[in-house]
Amino acid sequence: MPSLKDLRIRISSVKSTQKITAAMKMVAASKLKRAQEQAEAARPYAERMERMLGSLAAAVGGSAGAPKLLSGTGASNVHLLVVVTADRGLCGGFNGQVVRGARNLVNRLKAEGKEVKILCVGRKGRDGLKRDFASLIVDTIEGLTKREIRFDAADAIGTRVAGMFADGEFDVCTVVYNRFKSAIAQEFTAQQLIPFPPPPAPAAEDEAKAGQPQAVYEFEPEEEAILADLLPRNLGVQLYRSLLESYAGEQGARMAAMDNATRNAGEMIGRLTLNYNRTRQATITREMIEIVSGAEAV
Amino acid sequence: MADKVAFELVSPARLLFAGEVDMVVVPGSEGDFGVLPNHSPLISLVRPGVIAVHEGGKVGSRIFVAGGFAEVTPDRCTVLAEEAVNLADFDRAKAEARLTAARAKVAEAETEADKAAAQRAVSIAEALLAAAA
Repeated sequence: MPSLKDLRIRISSVKSTQKITAAMKMVAASKLKRAQEQAEAARPYAERMERMLGSLAAAVGGSAGAPKLLSGTGASNVHLLVVVTADRGLCGGFNGQVVRGARNLVNRLKAEGKEVKILCVGRKGRDGLKRDFASLIVDTIEGLTKREIRFDAADAIGTRVAGMFADGEFDVCTVVYNRFKSAIAQEFTAQQLIPFPPPPAPAAEDEAKAGQPQAVYEFEPEEEAILADLLPRNLGVQLYRSLLESYAGEQGARMAAMDNATRNAGEMIGRLTLNYNRTRQATITREMIEIVSGAEAV
Repeated sequence: MADKVAFELVSPARLLFAGEVDMVVVPGSEGDFGVLPNHSPLISLVRPGVIAVHEGGKVGSRIFVAGGFAEVTPDRCTVLAEEAVNLADFDRAKAEARLTAARAKVAEAETEADKAAAQRAVSIAEALLAAAA
């Protein structure tokens, strides 16, 4: 049975933990609001860009002169995974979810006999993957989320990935991250960046809806010149989007995790206080019995 | 439809302009082009310059863009700008400071690539000042 003093110490320590988690929750909530706005503001650009690239790809697609960033190297032996996670923990299963997803993907690719390289964006991703795949990790980029996430930073990663691709270091590039769904839900997403995936459903839907073939675009200057500009930029844009989504998701996850922690601490304090009062009462009762029986004996 | 163009201007950070307008003049890399309703489909690079949005027979707003891409279809015009500044809230001192900073970067650039990037920043800053003049 713990002594009264032990219990008092426990209670005060749980109380201060609760204060910390409550503060972290509020910080995360205010950051979440900004991050969410930023992530949502960035969506239109990324979507328009995808649409434009889709129509360009449809126009150029298949021709032999198509840039490699668009059509790929024709092989798929070496995969590059860009794993986007948070730099910091204490956000529930947020980082674990990405790491688990990435690990499954790596194992699957390995089972298919492919070579895999990993580029970690965010410290926690590296920490999680280091144990199993230390030899596969090419590099880690961290500290991006310390201040506001800027497009330049994402673009720099994009340029670097494009450079590695140009040097023939990999054939297929996929970015994995947690997409922000709502303040309490994030969705693990794997998005292929290189080669540019063929435009999915929307294009087919448009065609079906209007019943007309896709418009034939004029290009100014030629397709190749536009693509040469557009493709590297698209890399940056898609990475920027994944960074923002991931950051918003991180704040959401942290808010939920800290909310839980605060509530648990509250419950614990209640239990400990009850325990403390009972122990105190038991001591008092025992002392009184001792006095009474002592007086009777006289 | 058909007498208005749905014009959208987006930068990586946000959607800057979205609305139905009469005409947009976009600084294409091969020369300025005006987009009226039922323009033929076109994809073009955009050079640093001013986008003029025409509404009701006069220029409604002028927005500076630092390059990007434009996509035109018969009923809409989308400009993906690298950076955009509405000339209505243009700040001359800031733009001049930017030009000075960009010039300094050119001077201290070591590799060819750095120099080219810095040179580009200078021409964007110059174009911004020229646009506001």
